[in-house]
Amino acid sequence: MTDLTTLKISEARDMLTNGDISARELAEAHIAAVEAADGLNAFVVKTPEVALRQADAADERIKAGDAKGMTGIPVGIKDLFATKGIHTQACSHILDGFKPEYESTVTQNLWDDGAVMLGKLNMDEFAMGSSNETSYYGPVKNPWRAKGSNADYVPGGSSGGSVTSVSGYMAMGATASDTGGSIRQPASFTGTVGFKPTYGRCSRYGMVAFASSLDQAGTVTRSVRDGAIMMESIAGFDPKDSTSVDMAVPNFEAALTGDIRGLRVGIPQEYHLADMPAEIEALWHQGMEWLKAAGAVIVDINLPHTKYALPTYYIVAPAEASSNLSRYDGVRFGLRDTGNGGGLDDMYDATRAAGFGEEVKRRIMIGTYVLSAGYYDAYYLKAQRVRRLIADDFKRAFEDVDVILTPTAPSAAFAFGEKSDDPLAMYLNDVFTVPASLAGLPGSSVPAGLDANGLPLGLQVLGKPWDEVTVFKVSAVLEEAANITAKPDLWWR
Amino acid sequence: MSNIDKATVAKIARLSRIRIEDDKLDLLAGELNNILGWVEQLNEVNTDNIEPMSSVVDAKLRWRADEVTDGNKAESVLKNAPNSEYGFFAVPKVIE
Repeated sequence: MTDLTTLKISEARDMLTNGDISARELAEAHIAAVEAADGLNAFVVKTPEVALRQADAADERIKAGDAKGMTGIPVGIKDLFATKGIHTQACSHILDGFKPEYESTVTQNLWDDGAVMLGKLNMDEFAMGSSNETSYYGPVKNPWRAKGSNADYVPGGSSGGSVTSVSGYMAMGATASDTGGSIRQPASFTGTVGFKPTYGRCSRYGMVAFASSLDQAGTVTRSVRDGAIMMESIAGFDPKDSTSVDMAVPNFEAALTGDIRGLRVGIPQEYHLADMPAEIEALWHQGMEWLKAAGAVIVDINLPHTKYALPTYYIVAPAEASSNLSRYDGVRFGLRDTGNGGGLDDMYDATRAAGFGEEVKRRIMIGTYVLSAGYYDAYYLKAQRVRRLIADDFKRAFEDVDVILTPTAPSAAFAFGEKSDDPLAMYLNDVFTVPASLAGLPGSSVPAGLDANGLPLGLQVLGKPWDEVTVFKVSAVLEEAANITAKPDLWWR
Repeated sequence: MSNIDKATVAKIARLSRIRIEDDKLDLLAGELNNILGWVEQLNEVNTDNIEPMSSVVDAKLRWRADEVTDGNKAESVLKNAPNSEYGFFAVPKVIE
């Protein structure tokens, strides 16, 4: 009997349909794998009873001939998606005890398609971080280790639990969210496929808000095909989200034809960073060669405002966060600390001091400052203007090319504590992912190689708004050409 | 150049409704100055006649009929409250 946890979603789907395995067997194997991986700290809450109940329902559904792509597939849910009656705290202390009375649209879509929930996944607090070290529930360990070493590495962030659960064979897929790279960067660090759709493709209803003009749900899977199957399930118009766009969801899996002949692939010259490791630069060139060999045309392009994307993001995102996080006041949900003095203001100040971690406090304060009287024009409006220039760069580039190819991150996974004392060094991790977030573009990270230590590296494919189909198509060609066979060696089991 | 001093940090903390102990103000001032000093490179960019961008989707909000579509969920609304009494959120006394 093969280990059911190593199957891809596409393989499990076919075996379920053919009656080779049952959804209950698949769920039981994954529940055991989750149990055996406590040391990685990917799950903050496990829901085996829910999983088995959903698996039994999936088996009924498959028998009745009513199966969808995700029916019977065990998945993990990032802790910022509201799940009715189940722990939903964005891994923050300030949401202690919060069990929503409603379900997020993204998770409801999965349950409607018959998916199976294994539990809630660890993440950086309120998705603010690039290493999963800001979680109130402690860091997540990357399943990958350097050759000949027992040292632990970060999984990236903020979706650290999502990528570890998938890379570590606990879940077949996981929901994730991307504000400035929180799906793509950790996918690159763990050899998984991360997919962020166009802003507005997935509903934000029931997603704990960080920066509303940037937040977008997406997926982490072990293949591009699996990403296409899972994205198709979670995407779609939702009247409950005012920025959800009413547009039909294409059949993403049907896009995986492998035919990219004549497709124009843009290479942004500004992404050649002076201090980038040579092996990442080499991998990027390798990616160009792979696409060229498949018939694509490689075109140098310019995105002149690239270097301003990170500073723009670190005004816009904290500003929106300071506003969104004002709701945590100790009155309606979560933590309450009455403080000394016993007044209402004391309660606000004490609750927020006790409930938020250092990085979240830092961002709320930056956001408050740039929105405050006297600084609003100089910082916030200035950043919004530069954001338009960044988006216009992409618009102009996409008049000439169909997709853009870049490295996903400027490094492989790093060690714990290596960057956590220096906010700016941590922010620089998102240098290649943030520009597309500001422009709302769809993008993927595809495992494309290993560094000299044997740690995974990803390449990023960016597409035009609403053209996820081409991003999937090109991603699949890269995946096949790279043909990565290395895997984490399950040292924790 | 941004120059956030202790008093400014205290003011931002107050506006943010986050209690910050006095002995943390210097450290935070340093961190915030670092970050804000770094973002000030945006001043190099000419943004004359550029409209601020607040959303990547066309910001035309959908309309719907003005009718009640939800409600009668007082119990649900209060379910997660740290303290509620008589069908209300309960907070420390505001008026003596």
